[in-house]
Amino acid sequence: MRIILALLSGTLFGAGLVISGMADPGRVRAFLDLFGRWDPTLAFVMGGAIVPMAIAWTVQRRLESPLGDKAFSLPETRGIDTRLAVGAILFGIGWGLGGLCPGPAIASLSLSPVAVAPFVLAMFAGMGLHRLFTR
Amino acid sequence: MIADLFPHAQPGAGLIGGVMIGLAAAIMLLGLGRIAGVSGLAARATGIAGSGAPHGIAIAFILGLPLGACIVASVTDWKPATYSAPLMLVAAGLIVGFGTRLGSGCTSGHGVCGLSRLSWRSVVATGLFMASGFATVAVMRIAGAL
Repeated sequence: MRIILALLSGTLFGAGLVISGMADPGRVRAFLDLFGRWDPTLAFVMGGAIVPMAIAWTVQRRLESPLGDKAFSLPETRGIDTRLAVGAILFGIGWGLGGLCPGPAIASLSLSPVAVAPFVLAMFAGMGLHRLFTR
Repeated sequence: MIADLFPHAQPGAGLIGGVMIGLAAAIMLLGLGRIAGVSGLAARATGIAGSGAPHGIAIAFILGLPLGACIVASVTDWKPATYSAPLMLVAAGLIVGFGTRLGSGCTSGHGVCGLSRLSWRSVVATGLFMASGFATVAVMRIAGAL
């Protein structure tokens, strides 16, 4: 049951990424390109995604436990530190350089595997480097 | 109005795809009690992250991403996107991988799940990665890389 829910969530997520244009690096970069031919599409993606999730959070506050599991496992919402800030800034640089973030890159493995493979492999290498440095 | 100002924008498709992403994250939250954060789940699925979601959940979610993309591409008039040169993608991937682990999230975890939760950490992270994304593309434009 849990595996099916996770697969359903991932599949719907991947489908949404392609339909929305998030999986197109050109469109992502056009959104980030304030001094070029700016494309506001990604703002609509973000807005569209936040509405169902905002409703989900209000439902979550009324639930004792999730529908398909024993307990909620949610991250902290407070506590800003240097790691969070530096990590976010680095992520933004990589996002701008490649026009890809983790979700669209992994989703695109079934669409343009050869083209996105360098990004995905390097991304996992970067995650591994982080693991090495934070031991 | 948006069509007049930005003829290349696709607000309708963006909105529909966005709602699908939000519903997917809602399934993860209400069904499994977890954040649909791709960087965290990807690190967990590959065993790079030492803690987090159970492996099965992480692997199923991550495998779903290309599956969903493939389904959409096969039923719509999807056209292959244009990607940067491999060397640029390697540099970008390394920075994205390291940065998302250090900052505990990416566009999905901080952007979609965190912002909608009004998580202060995610508001700050999203503001910073958007700002550095804008700055990076501005520098690329100045440098003539676009």
